[in-house]
Amino acid sequence: MSAQAPVLELKDIVKTFPGVIALDHVSLDILPGEVHALMGENGAGKSTLMKVLGGIYQPDEGDILVAGEKTILRTPLEAKGKGIVFIHQELSLAEELSVAENIYMGELPRKSLGRVDWSKLFSDVDEILGRLNCNFNAQTIVGDLSIANQQMVEIARALTVEATTVIFDEPTASLTDAEKVVLFDIIEDLKSRGVGIVYISHRMEEIFKISDRISVLRDGEYRGTLKASDTNQDELTQLMIGRSLEHTRPDLSQSNGDVALEVKGLSCGKLFHDVSFKVHAGEVVGFYGLVGAGRTEVAETIFGMRNKSSGEIFLNGEKVEINSPADAIAHGISLVPEDRKGQGLVLGMNCRDNMTLPQIDDLTVSGLTAPQSEQEIFKKYRDQLEIKTPNWKQTVGNLSGGNQQKIVIGKWLSMHPNLLIVDEPTRGIDVGSKSEIHNLIRELAGQGYAIIVISSEMPEILSVSDKIVAMFHGEIVHTFTSSNVTEDKLVQAISGIYEPENAA
Amino acid sequence: MKNTNLAKRLQDSAIWIFIALELAFFGIAGEFLSLSDGNFLAPDNMLLLIKQTVPLGIIALGMTIIMINGNIDLSVGPIFALCAIVMLDSMTWPIFAGLGDGVIVIAWALAILVGVVLGAINGFIVWKTGVDAFIVTLGSMLGYRGLVFLYNGEQPTYHLNWTLVDIAESAPLGIPLPILIFAGCILFTWWLTKRTVHGRNAFAIGDNRTAAVNAGIRVGPHMVWNYVLIGLLVAISSATFYSASGSVNPNDGMLYELWIITAVVLGGTKLTGGRGSIIGTVGGVIAIQLMRKGLGHIGADTAMVNLVIGSILIVVLYLDRQLNRKGEEELNS
Ligand SMILES: Nc1ncnc2c1ncn2[C@@H]1O[C@H](COP(=O)(O)OP(=O)(O)OP(=O)(O)O)[C@@H](O)[C@H]1O
Ligand SMILES: [Mg+2]
Repeated sequence: MSAQAPVLELKDIVKTFPGVIALDHVSLDILPGEVHALMGENGAGKSTLMKVLGGIYQPDEGDILVAGEKTILRTPLEAKGKGIVFIHQELSLAEELSVAENIYMGELPRKSLGRVDWSKLFSDVDEILGRLNCNFNAQTIVGDLSIANQQMVEIARALTVEATTVIFDEPTASLTDAEKVVLFDIIEDLKSRGVGIVYISHRMEEIFKISDRISVLRDGEYRGTLKASDTNQDELTQLMIGRSLEHTRPDLSQSNGDVALEVKGLSCGKLFHDVSFKVHAGEVVGFYGLVGAGRTEVAETIFGMRNKSSGEIFLNGEKVEINSPADAIAHGISLVPEDRKGQGLVLGMNCRDNMTLPQIDDLTVSGLTAPQSEQEIFKKYRDQLEIKTPNWKQTVGNLSGGNQQKIVIGKWLSMHPNLLIVDEPTRGIDVGSKSEIHNLIRELAGQGYAIIVISSEMPEILSVSDKIVAMFHGEIVHTFTSSNVTEDKLVQAISGIYEPENAA
Repeated sequence: MKNTNLAKRLQDSAIWIFIALELAFFGIAGEFLSLSDGNFLAPDNMLLLIKQTVPLGIIALGMTIIMINGNIDLSVGPIFALCAIVMLDSMTWPIFAGLGDGVIVIAWALAILVGVVLGAINGFIVWKTGVDAFIVTLGSMLGYRGLVFLYNGEQPTYHLNWTLVDIAESAPLGIPLPILIFAGCILFTWWLTKRTVHGRNAFAIGDNRTAAVNAGIRVGPHMVWNYVLIGLLVAISSATFYSASGSVNPNDGMLYELWIITAVVLGGTKLTGGRGSIIGTVGGVIAIQLMRKGLGHIGADTAMVNLVIGSILIVVLYLDRQLNRKGEEELNS
């Protein structure tokens, strides 16, 4: 492999944004047929580096060499022309259009008179979807697909052109395990055909499973490249965040508080049925299950975003009717949503205002906003969550993906809710901040908050929850306590093969 | 999934169901309320009604594409008037004096040129300055109207050429020429939106502009072409209408943009772009014209007509939202 010439080289790339040096003389080379992982904390500059490669940003300084030749990539189209395909971190799809039109966006096959060659388009796309084992077809409207399937559409784009380099920016963030397997197969296949692959992820297991070399960025600076076979998680973490992490499971306090939330026989159409559970004050209840098991929908129903078809909800022993998120907020319920872009953030607004948005009414003094108190709230959570932003005025849309997620969490924490529901709280969040957020969740429970955590990551669920509710196909299979749960039992439960008799 | 499709199909046909209701209502109500004894649903009356939708209708086709693309054009009214002024006035210019009726072709060509150039100007400003299309065309709406008044002050511009009038009033195969032209424009724009790469890219740009840019679609040139197209359609509309009437007032075309946007939105096109259909828009213009004529037929005055159409617009958008919601409930299931 060492004898091969790189498909792509980046030399001394510098990229600045107002108030931020996103990339500070970063160099990187991608060899044919390798998976080159790129790691670093939220805001380290990974996505920015890849956007430079993808022709989306122009570097202030430095050179890009494609197959040894110095190249300027002025637009995404030019990058694509050089065989560089970019699968974005944030879904970038046109929801009203068909899967096929999204996959071939910008390159629809043509016939005479500028007509679209629909039959070629659909048959090509169906072939690609077949390779990806997708359960939808070329003509499906993207807006009708689940988030995970939309991610598959993004991935399918990598297979449309003769790529020399494919960049995956956190592709697995919303994929199920089965879909991940398909993705890794695809990556293997690309690899065997000599394609160079850049793979960005915060998930260590994945990185070690598929990558050949790992490069680390920290605060926009290049920290080195390691062979995956010569390194380990601790060394990487050290390199990424400059300190090592203690792998302790946060204290699980046995809850003795009152019942804060009780749900009885809750159903919502075909999405889930007959869901009953209790959350005590000071307790963290984890909801575990496969993507699509109905966990998010239960949360959204409690939060008033969906109308229940039957069932009752009790808060602190009193029956409540929640018909809208506003009702829920008034009852002291907060929801940190799964889809931060669609539901959690106003991308065009600045960091501070996003964070104080839900309580703006309480912060106003005789109808005028109170910038001073808003400022304090912002500073508190910026420090607590280590949010990387030059100042409060930064537009949220310009933050790195992980830092956007932290803003959403800060926003709801600042409300001091009675019941906090967090859906996939650490999706796209780096290892350092991840344990930070886990500790924070435990800390909040210690202060008496009732908390529901929804997650598809087993280690996360195991480390934060006092009680684990396993869901399968819209139903609760079993509720485990932290003392009697094992990984095996959980896996069985969420795949619908758990036998309660076996429970200890 | 099934329900989503049902909701979508309902949405697509909503405007036609609405038209059917209008026809039924005015057909029956007309029997009792109308002062005239003509039947509202008589073929002659319907043909006339469709003919009257032509000027707004042709422009609405262009507006549909502009709105699918995520833009808007408020300047269609003055462009409509300017094309007509140039067309009628050019027939009196001394340089064309020796041409006889051949001047008609030149006049039409000039009208088209005016529409295309003014449209292109809009498009280039939107592209190159990056200013919102709403603001740019609000500015050009005022500016172009200024040009209209510069041309002839408060005076109407008129020129009667009987050959021209005969052509405009002709009815090949028994169908009035304007309706045939409208049909041609419908076919062309339908083909453009459904079948061509340019049309599909317009949807992509309107739906998710970042995605389109990232995919390498050249957004700017697409927008310019769409403004050129609407300019062309405005010119065709203007030439069709004023060839018959022979006289333009400097205020002609005022508020056209509002009627047109109303029709396009009624026809199911999203204000924010990414969704819309030519057939829906045709339904939208016909529905509005039916409402105007029908209410007139049963004795309502203009003020009443405007009130009703305004209310209907809001109700329709509300129903549309409800339908969309229903669709979303079933998502992921
Ligand atoms: N368009 C922009 N304008 C201003 N600042 C930006 C812009 N894009 C990125 N930044 C800043 O550059 C830095 C690097 O961001 P980048 O998105 O590359 O991080 P990342 O390593 O991909 O992080 P994550 O793991 O959270 O996705 C961040 O501080 C971010 O706020
Ligand atoms: Mg990123």
